[in-house]
This record gives sequence, structure tokens and C-alpha cells, in this order.
Amino acid sequence: MKMTGAEIIINLLERQGIETIAGIPGGANLPLYDALGRSGIRHILTRHEQGAGFIAQGIARVSGRPAVFFATSGPGATNTLTAIADAKLDSIPIICITGQVPLSMIGTDAFQEVDTYGLSVPITKYNFLVRSAEDLLDIIPAAFRIAASGRPGPVVIDVPKDVQTAEVEFDEWPELGVREPGTELIPNQVKRAAAMINRAEKPILYLGGGVIQSGSADFARELAEKGGIPAAMTLMGLGIMPSGHPLNIGMLGMHAARYTNMALEECDLLVAVGVRFDDRATGKVPEFCPKAKIVHMDIDPSELDKIKTANASVTGDVADSLRALLPLVEEKARTEWKAGIQALREAHPMIVPEADDPASPYGVILKAAELAGRDAVVCTDVGQHQMRTAQVYPFSAPRSWLTSGGLGTMGFGMPAALGASLAAPDRPVLCFTGDGSIMMNIQDLATAMEYDIPIKIILTNNNALGLVRQQQDLFYGKRYTASEYSRSVDFLKIAEGFGIKTHDLGTSDDPARTLAEALAEPGPSLIHVPVGVEEAVYPMVPPGAANSEMIGGEKHV
Amino acid sequence: MCKHTVIELSVRNHPGVMSHICGLFARRAYNVEGIACMPVNGGGTSKIWLLVDADRRLDQMIKQVDKLQDVLDVERYDGGHEVFTKMSEFVQ
Repeated sequence: MKMTGAEIIINLLERQGIETIAGIPGGANLPLYDALGRSGIRHILTRHEQGAGFIAQGIARVSGRPAVFFATSGPGATNTLTAIADAKLDSIPIICITGQVPLSMIGTDAFQEVDTYGLSVPITKYNFLVRSAEDLLDIIPAAFRIAASGRPGPVVIDVPKDVQTAEVEFDEWPELGVREPGTELIPNQVKRAAAMINRAEKPILYLGGGVIQSGSADFARELAEKGGIPAAMTLMGLGIMPSGHPLNIGMLGMHAARYTNMALEECDLLVAVGVRFDDRATGKVPEFCPKAKIVHMDIDPSELDKIKTANASVTGDVADSLRALLPLVEEKARTEWKAGIQALREAHPMIVPEADDPASPYGVILKAAELAGRDAVVCTDVGQHQMRTAQVYPFSAPRSWLTSGGLGTMGFGMPAALGASLAAPDRPVLCFTGDGSIMMNIQDLATAMEYDIPIKIILTNNNALGLVRQQQDLFYGKRYTASEYSRSVDFLKIAEGFGIKTHDLGTSDDPARTLAEALAEPGPSLIHVPVGVEEAVYPMVPPGAANSEMIGGEKHV
Repeated sequence: MCKHTVIELSVRNHPGVMSHICGLFARRAYNVEGIACMPVNGGGTSKIWLLVDADRRLDQMIKQVDKLQDVLDVERYDGGHEVFTKMSEFVQ
């Protein structure tokens, strides 16, 4: 066979099963786009490369498989960096293929030249600067293998223009790049963990994104049920235990329900699975679960003993670890412990203000959840709306909750929702956002309109950076520096201008009906929900404080 | 004064490796006191020796280095390594 580098890339992507690629063409990746145009892959032309990156993330988060996006050299490449860093922090397998100036011009400050390789080193799992078209036959499968194996993560492949146009003769296609099996478990580690669980009187499971990544939510639930062990989840782990499950004690950490953090104060064993003891989950580390021993199970050895030293750790894919652990865990009811937690839950429940008002910050989330049904994919941006959704949305399954957890990127939600809808066209896709966040990638409303991607954007608008303002309210003497907008934009007109259908719950006589109509109509819609700037998200643990020091969210009798 | 230790790495030999390794230490403000690098087996792989402070973050650093795709093997020499003994003659 004789092909150009660009044709090799596109063929290999097709062989990997890639059906959709978001991106933007430019001078340095035109050969790649020329080959793409002659392939069966669907291209989604975004209005900003960051949007393309988050579309890829949406596809990867919903499907669990690596997704690909394209950008040109220079500003195209620099625009991708936030989406790539976001994928690194949340361990999402995306592959960014960038154009680069020709090899002979690298290092000459050529037009639209930037050191993409150097810029992407600290925010990727691995990166490549391709030096010959022949190398692509190894590099493309390797990128898929690296992105998907072990702890997943983003990979950048920087391809100089002359590498894209160079012709190569080769005999056969390389093997596909697939996820490698996890390293073998050490049986004694599993035994030790099981023994600690069996001895514990007040254990709690602490479940995170790793459980979702490894597809082991069912095992985690089985472990909870067999051992009578209540389970708390991280922001990334929401959906592992279905809402309403008696052992589900909700999200832990900075915006947890009071009873959840209080239960963690009491536990004598913390079984941490696929988590990394993030500061938003643990609060002040020395005071996190002060009475507990720790079992930590993770695929990434560098996470073990990083923040908290574990009394027993299990290195390996948590799907393998949980599978091996389950038969060793004794069936126990732990009636007393569960009753204790139930008492805490009743005394210190999650307080949901105005839950019955579909035009309120919490009420609109609950109403939308009811209307969208259990099959919905839920995306958020970053801020108060994100924390509220995490607190009260009745999640029922893994891979249905897309949020920027580690990097906390405002602007994530809407393009990620586009990716989710492209990957799961038969499922309803909700995007909860705020007026601060949506502005950070608002240009891709045009993409939603152009491809008629039926995402439902629910915009709670307080004309402020709400979570910033809330911190100023609580910790900076109510000095609201730069967190309130002095004038407001008309989001309905903006969305209309982009060709998106709009609805305003603020002026609707029947907000519940308006919301139902918006969710039922075909195509993308924006639902505007004006909310008060004073409405805070409680409870809240002050940054740096222990999780026992919660502010607000008390039950009033 | 901090006690030093030597980490010996076997790595794939290509132009980006040193940048991945040094970047890892630099980002964590972990000083590398000495570096030596030589190709082995005709240049397909290299050996890199790093002279670093043996502070309490070292275990985590070694795990992070081991996680790099291009790092094939990591060994630790708490008693020092001859490479640096010989190199130090050049800066006497």
C-alpha cells in the first residue's frame, strides 16, 4: 500500500472505530482535513478548539472509549490546552491530533508555530511529535493504547505538515491500539483488605471516578450490599450507587449533606475505591475520617499513600480488585451501624430549599430530572448550579453524569453535552449551567444549532459568579470584588441569535409546563431561569477546614 | 544539609524523554542536583542517573517517574552511585 501520512492517520482512526471527530481546520492540518473529507468519519466543526476538546470529552465520558479531536498549529493548539488539562485531571481518554509547521521549519518561529509538544508535557498522559510518516503506523495505535490503558488520560499527537503529505509504502496495517489488561493483583493485598473489612464495625465505602472508569459500579454495589456497608461518592463517582438505594449516603466533602460528612467522622474503616483523596472531598486531611483505618484500592500506584497513608492498599484495576474481594467479604447486616447512619440522616438531612418550585435553583433541577427520566445524561458547568445538581439530582446509572471535577473548568458543560448527545443520540441530554460558565464557550451554541444536536441547556442566571461571590460573602467580609456583573446580557436574545429555541421560566405563568415543553421539543433549547444572587449552596465546608466544620444547611424544626 | 540519593532510570531513547523527566521534578519544585545520561544497547534505550535530595517526597517522586510511559525501570541507590563520584572530579 502507498499512502500519505494524513491518509494513514484517517484510515487508522477509522479502523479504531472512530465515527465522530470535532475540530477546526487551519493551514498546518489541511492535508489531514483533505483526507478526512474523503472518509466515512463525521466531522463536527466547532467555533473554538476548546469546544472541540470538550465534545471529545463528552463522547469519551459517555462511551468509555477514547475520542479524537483535531486542531491546527499555533493558536489552534494553544486553544486545546484547557480541555486537555481537564481530561488529565479527570482521567478521560481523549486524543488530540494537532497540525504543526513542517519539520524543517520547527524552531524558526514560523507562522503559527508553537511548541505544542513542550506545552502539552505536563497536561497529558503522553505526547508525540511525529518525525516521519512511517512512525504514524506505530504512534496512532500507541496513542489509543496509552489513552485507554491503566489510569486513562489524554494523549497529544503533533503532526508536522510535511509528515502529513509524505508518502509511505507499507505492507500491512498495524494491530489496533486497545486497553491492556491490568497488572496482576497481589492476593495477599486483597486478603488483607478483606480481613480489615470483615473486622470493621463501622465501615464506609468511598467510591470515585475509578469505579466508573473500570465499569465496576455493579461490583461496588454488591460489596456494599453484601457487607452492609454504606457508600459515599465523590463528585466523579456520582451514579455508582443509584439514588434512593438505602446504602447510598450521597456525595462527601465540601458541599456534602451534613449527615454524610458526619457519618464519615464516625466510621472506623474507610474503604477507598478508585479515589484520590482530593481536597474538595477530604477537607483538612489530618481531620478526615479521624477514627478510621484506611483500605485504598486504585489502579495508579502513585495515588496510594499520596495524601493519606493506607493501612491496606490494593494495586490494580478496581474491577479486578473488587471481583477478587467480593467472595472474601463476609455477608453482614451491620444493623446497628446502618441504624446509626439512618439516625444521622434523619437528624441532619440534605436540605433542599424550594424543592417544589420549578423556577428555583434546586427546584428546576428536580423538575428537569423528573421530566427527562432515568435514561438522561446530565452535564454541568462549574459553580453553584454544578454543586446543586451534584447534591440533589437523582442519578441512576454510571456514565450519565459529566462534570469537570478536578480542573473545575467553566465552559465545560455545553460542549461536553454536545459530545454526549453525539455519542448517545437516543438519550435525553441535560446541561445545567450558569451565566458565568456558559459565556466561556458560548460560541459553540452555533455548533448545536448547525448540527441540530438536541441538548437542553438549563441556565440559572444570577448575573454573578455565584460560587466566588458566596466565598466572598462567607470569608471575605462581604466584599464582592469582581464577582457581580454591573450590567446584564440578554441570554434569550443571544440564544435566539444562534438559532436556538428559548424559554424563560422567569416570565412563564406555568414554569413546569414551559420546562416540559422545552425538554419535549426537538433540537437544542435554552431554558433561562433567573435566580437570586443571595441564594447560596449549603452546606459548605470552608476551603482548608475540616469536613466537620460545615456552614449552613441545618435542619430547622 | 539534605542527604542525597541516586535514582537510576532505564528509558526509551528519544528527544522528549529528558523533558518529561526534568519537567516532573521541576513542577514539584524538587531539585535535581546532578544528571548523567548515556545511550545503551546501540541507542534504543538510555540510562539516566539523577542525584536528588532524599526528602520525604522521594517515594512519591519515584512512583511518578515510574508512571512515565518512557521509563522502563527505576532503581534507587541510597548509598550514592559511582557515576557521580567520578563526575564530581570535574568540578573540584
